Amino acid sequence: MAHYRSIRDLDWPLLICTLIVCAMGVLQIYSATRGTKYDDAWWKQALWVLAGLLIMWIMAQIDYHSLLGQAYLLYFLSIASLIVVLFIGTTRFGGRRWIGYGSFHVQISEFIKTVIILLVARYLTELKTDRAEGRDLLKLGGLVAVPMLLVMKQPDLGTALTYLPILAVGILLAGLRWQYAVAIGVVLLLVVPLGWRYGLKDYQKARLVTFLDPGQDPQGSGYQVIQSKIAVGAGQMWGRGVTKGTQTQYGFLPVPHTDFIFSAFAEEHGFFGVVWMLGFYFVLLMQIVQNAQMAPDRSGMYLCMGVGALLLFHVLVNIGMVVGSMPVTGIPLPLMSYGGSNILSFFMMLGLVNSVRLGRFVS
Amino acid sequence: MSHTPSDHNEERVPSKPVYRDDTKFASGKIAFFQYLAVGLFLFLIAGFWRLQVRNPEIYTEAAESNRIRFVRLLAPRGKILDRDGRVIVDNRSSYSLMLARDHLKSEHLRPIATGLGLDPGQLEARVERFRSRPKYETIFIKRELTLGEVAFVEAHRDPETFPELELIRAQQRLYPQNGLAAHVIGYVGEISENELNLAEFIKYDQGAVIGKAGLERQYNDQLMGVDGQKQVVVDNHGTVRQSLGIKEAIPGKNLQLTLDLDLQVVAELAMEGRTGAVVALDPRNGEVLAMVSTPAYDPNKFAGRIRAADWNELRSNPENPLLNRAIQAQFAPGSTFKPIVALAGLESGSIDESFRVHCSGGASFYGRYFKCHLKGGHGTVDLHKGITQSCDVFFYNVGNRTGVDNIAKYADMAGLGHKTGIDLPNEMQGTVPSSEWKMRNFRQKWYAGETISVAIGQGALTLTPMQLAYAIGGVAMGGVWYPPHLVKDPDRMDKPRVGKIDPANAQKVVYGMYGVVNEGGTGGRARLPGVSVCGKTGSAQRVSNEAAKAGLGHNLKDNAWFVGFAPCESPEIAVAVLWEGGVHGMYAAPIARDVIKAYFDKKARQTRDGAVAEMKRAQPQFGPVAPPALSQP
Repeated sequence: MAHYRSIRDLDWPLLICTLIVCAMGVLQIYSATRGTKYDDAWWKQALWVLAGLLIMWIMAQIDYHSLLGQAYLLYFLSIASLIVVLFIGTTRFGGRRWIGYGSFHVQISEFIKTVIILLVARYLTELKTDRAEGRDLLKLGGLVAVPMLLVMKQPDLGTALTYLPILAVGILLAGLRWQYAVAIGVVLLLVVPLGWRYGLKDYQKARLVTFLDPGQDPQGSGYQVIQSKIAVGAGQMWGRGVTKGTQTQYGFLPVPHTDFIFSAFAEEHGFFGVVWMLGFYFVLLMQIVQNAQMAPDRSGMYLCMGVGALLLFHVLVNIGMVVGSMPVTGIPLPLMSYGGSNILSFFMMLGLVNSVRLGRFVS
Repeated sequence: MSHTPSDHNEERVPSKPVYRDDTKFASGKIAFFQYLAVGLFLFLIAGFWRLQVRNPEIYTEAAESNRIRFVRLLAPRGKILDRDGRVIVDNRSSYSLMLARDHLKSEHLRPIATGLGLDPGQLEARVERFRSRPKYETIFIKRELTLGEVAFVEAHRDPETFPELELIRAQQRLYPQNGLAAHVIGYVGEISENELNLAEFIKYDQGAVIGKAGLERQYNDQLMGVDGQKQVVVDNHGTVRQSLGIKEAIPGKNLQLTLDLDLQVVAELAMEGRTGAVVALDPRNGEVLAMVSTPAYDPNKFAGRIRAADWNELRSNPENPLLNRAIQAQFAPGSTFKPIVALAGLESGSIDESFRVHCSGGASFYGRYFKCHLKGGHGTVDLHKGITQSCDVFFYNVGNRTGVDNIAKYADMAGLGHKTGIDLPNEMQGTVPSSEWKMRNFRQKWYAGETISVAIGQGALTLTPMQLAYAIGGVAMGGVWYPPHLVKDPDRMDKPRVGKIDPANAQKVVYGMYGVVNEGGTGGRARLPGVSVCGKTGSAQRVSNEAAKAGLGHNLKDNAWFVGFAPCESPEIAVAVLWEGGVHGMYAAPIARDVIKAYFDKKARQTRDGAVAEMKRAQPQFGPVAPPALSQP
């Protein structure tokens, strides 16, 4: 196939929304880490965004079909690296999630999101039948469950859970018998109590309990939710101004540059800023969905929808957590939260979306 | 080829391309995903709407209370000085432990209590008591921390362990170690539930340290000062980031007493090992120079919060060390009352200088025989001899002639039966019986026989050592009574009470009291070379004769009283001594003598020092020059 891919053909509305979100993220990181030991985080984040743009450009140049062809190889490499992380990974913030040398660490589980998206798209595209049958569900479910369990073992429940919406949206798009949907529901109902009993760590249980009743543990994880709600509420309509939010500036807000960055944003920019920001996220999401609708083939559609599902899940869980509508799971806000792996991983996915978009101009 | 999402004919096609390109099959589901996304974004916006637009005040307030803390700046209590400016009560700095309650975890209380040696139950009760106070107010949990306790707090007050703990520098009251002037000064302590409801403490809150007794209580408002407050911005570790405003503490004012430490020490030493009281005052202005009550207690034990064991020991002590006997012990004055009776007799005209009585060791009145303390009798007794020898028979007669109501009139004039108004809390007023008094209190007529007992300072008559010194001091002044007080105040303009008394009559009584000390009377032990001391002894039963006969109180020895003043002509100091169970007034006399001696010794020393200083001032005005004038013979 002859490819001609021009920078002009990139999804510019998507790119502009992305850059605005990233820029607000960098500004918020600057504001939230002023005078703390993380005060160099904002320019590091800016560098990560630049690196992300580069990776996105490279991904957009690659024909996604060739990536889909390597999906199983990438999958097995991922499993192997997750096992390596479990044994020799670096432990930070209470989880063995990172691998790297010196001050450079990569969170493998972040990049595996892209691999899962590729894997699900590849599997569902190759379906012989018109809908996902029982064995498909088991097979694909099993394939996704392995990295999930390995990530949960780290332990990192939040990231592990992000793999599920990719699978769920993929299968729903592929179609399945309603009996299976009911069966899955029943299995989940059985698994949740068992998982509660044996699968969750105490701190994970505490977070869920806290979600149901934040007042119960005002110093622990309930403290985070309460402080986050105070920060958001104190922002009122117009916000307290950049670097003026006392919840953010005086350290009452936990991790205001990573998981709770949107809380810090809400305190300093108010409801007005929040609506704008959610608007950018929404346009971003809708652009991704539009790319899915206009994808040249099913695999491209699955890829874009996988990215869209993941983004929606991240935004919902993270921002829902900030206002107390969702439990504290510790997953970052895409493109805003500080963290190289998070930024690069999402730019990589956006590159994939652009690759799908560019694909339709060539065939 | 184009497909619709629901196509059954698909199944009939056995083989399909590897990558199917019929993307429209899922367009309905994608649309559903879009609607779902819209719904979820609206759900998120609703969350922000709730917090930021609908009721943002709650959260704004919470954010403010998060970062703004009020740090109490404790006002140091005023010092207490003696009349010469010597410090009696000082402050020393110590550490106090406060509990911040904004984020208090109740399960922390127990380990904190254990670490500091507090009773966990008491600590919990304490936190409970402050529940109604605003959360940002910190509460005292322990005062005067030891070094070990400070170390414990420093080691545990990090945000992860007990962030509630807060150390502040406080001023601890430092009282004289041996209980010197303990009853005069009193002590401070934390305000109690009952005291919170008292009018005098209305402006103080839970946790305030207030004066609980003595001058500390009487002048609490003046001594306390006003606590200041610092409004600061803190971060989540409680570290102060910024100061918003400061209201400086206003230190309490110092209190200068009329008390003279030199005299106080002498009086305390003289009373050592004895139960009783000494009051010395200057009858010319009412200034109290010394006030002792024994046994005393150590006010330092109260300075923080008194330990239960110490408190119980004080409460159960039969000698009742907490009682200020100088103003609260009400006893029959015995013969020390005779000068008042004599004055009443002279003033009412029932006797005069020529009035004489024969004492044969006793006399009968109204069918009852009253003994004199001298078995053999005093022979012929006139007023002077009557006072000097303290002849009971003489005073039975005077009393009988004068009548109880005249005696009461002059006792009342001398200030007996009333509070003297000394600036100390809980002064007692004693009792001066009269026919009206008896009718009012017992609905009974006064029997003339009862007057006989009152005439020698027994019967229903009671007074305090303070009242005695005050009354006799005023008589010595010729009938001028200056209100007694303990605090020196240059603005004080006391108008003395001037009694309608013929100074000549007072003079006769004073002359008799001179004889008691200097002419072989009962108070000879109070005699001082070079100073004309006047006085009167008293030995008073603590129970009535009848009760003693019935076998009650047989183990109670008589109280020894002495009241005196000096110099005779122009009194500068009046002293009353009560020695409970001292048997005879003559044994109380040396105690008064010691105080009077200390007064005049000091005065002589000051006069000499003043003369020397005067001489030095009068010396050359051109630099230091050898004193040739003095060295010349």
